Amino acid sequence: MASEAVYTHRDPMLKKRDDFEDILEERRNSSDLRYALRCYTPVLYKELTPCKASELKSMVLQSDQLHYVISQVCKETGMAADEVQVEAAAILEEMAHRLQLSTVRFFAFTLSKVFKTLFRSICVNEEGIQRLQQAIHEHPVVLLPSHRSYMDFLLMSYILYTYDLALPVIAAGMDFMSMKFVGEMLRMSGAFFIRRSFGGDKLYWAVFSEYVKTILKNGFAPVEFFLEGTRSRTCKSLTPKLGLLNIVMDPFLKGEVFDISLVPVSITYERVLEEALYARELLGVPKPKESTSGLFKARKVLSEDYGSIHVYFGQPVSVRSLAQKRVDRCQFNLIPRHIPRKPGADIHSFVNDSAYRLVRAQEENMVLKPWVLVVSLLLQNHHQNQVAGQKQGMALDELTEQAVWLRDLSRQYGAFLHWPDHVSPSEVVSSSLSLHRGLVRISEGWVQLASEQGGQTGPGEPRSAVPPEEELLNQAVITLSCASYRNQALHIFLRPALLASAIHTASSSNKQEVYNSFSFLRNMFSNEFILCPGATVQDFEEACFLLVKTGALQINQQEFVVTERGHRTLAFLTSILDPFLQGYQVVCRFLCEDATEALTEKQFVPAVRKFIIKHILTGRLRYIEVLSSDLQKNSLAALLRLGAVRKLKGGEEQGTLKVNKVMVNSLEDTLGGKLPTQKAVVARL
Amino acid sequence: MASNSSGGGSSDRQRIAQQRLSRIAGHLQRPADGSSAIVAAECKAQGSRADVPGEEKTVPRRRQEVMKWNGWGYSDSRFFFNKKGQAEFTGKRYRLSGLIIPGLKDWFEGTFGASLQHKTPATPILNSSAVQPPNLNEAFVEEVKSAGIPFSHDAEDRVFRAHGHCLHEIFALREGKFGRVPDLVVWPNCHNDVVKIVELACKHNVCLIPYGGGTSVSSALECPPEETRSIVSLDTSQMNRILWIDEKNLTAHVEAGIVGQDLERLLNESGYCTGHEPDSMEFSSLGGWVATRASGMKKNIYGNIEDLVVHVRMVTPQGVIEKGCQGPRMSTGPDVHHFIMGSEGTLGVVTEVTMKIRPMPEYQKYGSVVFPNFEQGVACLREVAKERCAPASIRLMDNEQFKFGHALKPQVSSIFTSFLDGLKKFYITKFKGFDPNRLCVATLLFEGDREKVLQHEKQVYDIAAKFGGLAAGEDNGQRGYMLTFVIAYLRDLGMDYYVIGESFETSVPWDRVLDICRNVKARIIRECKDKGVQFSPLSTCRVTQTYDAGACVYFYFAFNYRGLSDPVHVYEQVEHAAREEILANGGSLSHHHGVGKLRKEWMRETVSKVGMGMLKSVKDYVDPNNIFGNRNLL
Repeated sequence: MASEAVYTHRDPMLKKRDDFEDILEERRNSSDLRYALRCYTPVLYKELTPCKASELKSMVLQSDQLHYVISQVCKETGMAADEVQVEAAAILEEMAHRLQLSTVRFFAFTLSKVFKTLFRSICVNEEGIQRLQQAIHEHPVVLLPSHRSYMDFLLMSYILYTYDLALPVIAAGMDFMSMKFVGEMLRMSGAFFIRRSFGGDKLYWAVFSEYVKTILKNGFAPVEFFLEGTRSRTCKSLTPKLGLLNIVMDPFLKGEVFDISLVPVSITYERVLEEALYARELLGVPKPKESTSGLFKARKVLSEDYGSIHVYFGQPVSVRSLAQKRVDRCQFNLIPRHIPRKPGADIHSFVNDSAYRLVRAQEENMVLKPWVLVVSLLLQNHHQNQVAGQKQGMALDELTEQAVWLRDLSRQYGAFLHWPDHVSPSEVVSSSLSLHRGLVRISEGWVQLASEQGGQTGPGEPRSAVPPEEELLNQAVITLSCASYRNQALHIFLRPALLASAIHTASSSNKQEVYNSFSFLRNMFSNEFILCPGATVQDFEEACFLLVKTGALQINQQEFVVTERGHRTLAFLTSILDPFLQGYQVVCRFLCEDATEALTEKQFVPAVRKFIIKHILTGRLRYIEVLSSDLQKNSLAALLRLGAVRKLKGGEEQGTLKVNKVMVNSLEDTLGGKLPTQKAVVARL
Repeated sequence: MASNSSGGGSSDRQRIAQQRLSRIAGHLQRPADGSSAIVAAECKAQGSRADVPGEEKTVPRRRQEVMKWNGWGYSDSRFFFNKKGQAEFTGKRYRLSGLIIPGLKDWFEGTFGASLQHKTPATPILNSSAVQPPNLNEAFVEEVKSAGIPFSHDAEDRVFRAHGHCLHEIFALREGKFGRVPDLVVWPNCHNDVVKIVELACKHNVCLIPYGGGTSVSSALECPPEETRSIVSLDTSQMNRILWIDEKNLTAHVEAGIVGQDLERLLNESGYCTGHEPDSMEFSSLGGWVATRASGMKKNIYGNIEDLVVHVRMVTPQGVIEKGCQGPRMSTGPDVHHFIMGSEGTLGVVTEVTMKIRPMPEYQKYGSVVFPNFEQGVACLREVAKERCAPASIRLMDNEQFKFGHALKPQVSSIFTSFLDGLKKFYITKFKGFDPNRLCVATLLFEGDREKVLQHEKQVYDIAAKFGGLAAGEDNGQRGYMLTFVIAYLRDLGMDYYVIGESFETSVPWDRVLDICRNVKARIIRECKDKGVQFSPLSTCRVTQTYDAGACVYFYFAFNYRGLSDPVHVYEQVEHAAREEILANGGSLSHHHGVGKLRKEWMRETVSKVGMGMLKSVKDYVDPNNIFGNRNLL
């Protein structure tokens, strides 16, 4: 079953995907109450010995693993063993789920109501469900959904309940627990809560990892967590966090189970509930505090149309086949398995690679709506016109024509595009626009980005007396929201776009030169996008393959030649990456020109934001989306990784950033194509 | 070809002499004083005179007289399906002999998806012309002949010594295929003969491969195909005397060619035993045990071979190695015995061994315990080991193997017993609520004073009860042990119907026993599926030995190969994968089967690079010209 091919680089066109079924349809035609109360008999893991939540807890507390760590803690702190034991029990109490079928039924009922109001449809690939069912029967299962919304895990449990599948226990952040009542409700629907940071707390880590492993090993329930660690505010996949993946792989690596199935799940929202919230957050406008009433209070939310949701359960990935020929499991033979050990370098790189492959698998099965393409075009157009000083926006006809062109291109690149075939393109574009009417303005066949959230300022109206900075931020909310939709398509175009930009910046069209340039960009952006570590050559080849196959590029004796019709493709591709290129350059410039000696990591984002606002207002920078703190943080992370910036540890200067200006400067120039890649690469080394 | 062999004639003559000898009733020779000079003198006389009033020899020089050439064991003992489709076991040698086993057919067909309609009969007769003509070193042959040591280059004799009992070896024989076989077989009669042969081999640069009982399952007897020298198989089977028994120290000095059953029988006649009973003891030899570090079923009382051996004599190209005294333990640097034990014929030939002996036990009792599941069973064995109260033998079969054992129940003689069986089954499954698809059985063998045995028995059953175990009678226990002796015969039956299989073993720390059992069995099933095996294989295991720090686990694996073009290759791939799984789960490369050539590739990770270097340097010193060129181990 679980094939080795989690992700294949070769011809993406050949990807096979399952069909979707709308699960809300039945909800609209039959009683929600009966649905919530129906007989629920999921298929269970074949080697399961049933056990109550309380027994589970005592299994954890009595485990050798925990005993070992408790005795360690005793030795270190001088505390009495039973004291530490009590502490461990308290941690477990705070953490553990209390899955109750009655609560699940309650959610099944209320969520049915809510979903029907909010969404047009919730589409699920039923073949994926069947595969999942099989997987649950065969091996312990880990569910790995993408994370774009608070809805994600409720939605997951809802779907699994609908299909009579075993309900997962879900690793949730502690912040939920502070929402009284809701926290407890979530707990009773299978969530368990983990502290966001418990760096040095050995005991906490031991209880936590043992808890997860016990559930998994015995197959009590599928374990669900988010590889990305947190909700992606930008709709780009986030680089994976490895903590939990390390924990769930451990039972396999130590031979405690025969295999574990990892099931990537891709959840795509046509409209994300938290759309504007995210944009505000990225801009540093504080988000409203999480409270019980928070999410659903706004009646506005409930009255709006959020389109449809697509949930794609990917091919289960066998940890065993991932590890085959990668990990020498004999390394665990010489130390008792209950003694915790830091994973060695080989395990770390194995888990890291696996995590990337899994996030890529999530990306691949994300459904793209036409709107994603439309908004990409609108954003590009917006910036081009800004430069040219032309009238903002474009004609609907032209937009439609371009969208159709982009549709075909993205299909060739293997996008999982849901473009209704039986409807005329103009209708498709119009209906996309109308669903997102908060973000675009259409009048008399002319489309442009809304210039302000909520009330639109008509061209005739006089500019209100808002200070320019505030106006900019308002505009930025729209732009970032739009960018987040465009970002959904980024993974489709990323590799060809890196190649296009490499061709653009490379000093010659020689393949090696272009490769160097590609490799530089890819390295630079590996905190920004999902780029599997060590796969530069494959990525480069895939990009070449796609561009050559679609006739945009020819390779004649190690020389790249852009074809006549390739110019349009390459122009699109370079523009899609341009905001990031510019953004990273601005950050570099900030670090060279404006950063004080005592700049700390904490101060970095506000300072760089100020710098960028200044640049935008003076017209030196045209991409408003560079205001996204996500981009700023990612670029800093890249610079830290490359050693162009150092973070001081310890002492009074804790967290202070030390900038190697020569290197940052050279990186900026290379990004801008002013410096050949070779040098930058050398500088890096 | 065979007829023109000069050795053939001589061996014929010898055979007749042997047969005559064997009719002479007699007892064990009075203990000699063990001086090699005297032994040599006896030896010299042996060829023509009846100086050994020996027992009936189990293993004649011409093995083909009593044993199968292309299967396990005695020619007269085999399973077959009679006209009614019932399984029968022929011969008179075993408890099962002459009985009908009604359950076997259904189990066989149900487990393997095999059918009695689809037969794969073996080539009936050994076709000598298909055997490569011998590549003789004439000078060597001449000198062996003049030394009066029996030899033969008859094709049958050579083929018999070209293999052990690995699946691929037997499979090839059944198809009438022979690879590289030894060019000459020699039968030394005593230590000095061996010294002479080794000397001549060194002088003439021929390759020597020691051969004991031929029960190897590690490809240890396979002739290296790349060997260009003449290969001489040194068959120790005629060195089979007990040279003396020392009742004061409870030791016996025995020639290394003796097979297990003869050794026990002869010692029993004097009221002693060694207690060393490997499953292959009918055919395997003392020298073979030493060379592979064998383990016996009753090691809990008597110990494994390394515990039993007091003194060893081995002939190497550099001369004879032996210790100068018989002290029970020494602190004299690394124990040189440990270069000998496990050397797998790469350093020399073990010729004589002084072994511990024990008075024969007064009382023996079988027993068995049913557990609700394998986990509980393992937990019980672990507890028994912890309490250090393991009976002579304790083995835990998993559910599949329990069913297998059940299928081997001979036809019951009376309605009453079958009624009792039914009642027992009802009690266990219905009354006690054991799931028939999960329960498993431990078989027990107690030995010693009657009183102590009964006490011991109670202790073990009390522990078992703590883990939900129910005593399930002596009969089940005894049948469990019988299974080990007939399993190899059953493989031949399977091979008549497209079913091939094998067993392999490992040793593993206690905390990993359950994990290794589950993972290896699952791996076998998955690999079979991946390799296109149509019907899910039999993949089963049992825990056969307990130690303070771990256990020995035995896996049985067999499948129906219909539809596969190269079943042996598939088999080998699966076995290879299973071994990788064992190692990845903290199991050892082998508990007692040895490494041979089959498991060589994992030696380095097993003993580390330095360890390999140590072994290699010993080999280089002892046998610089690789006279003992079977290429096992390293």
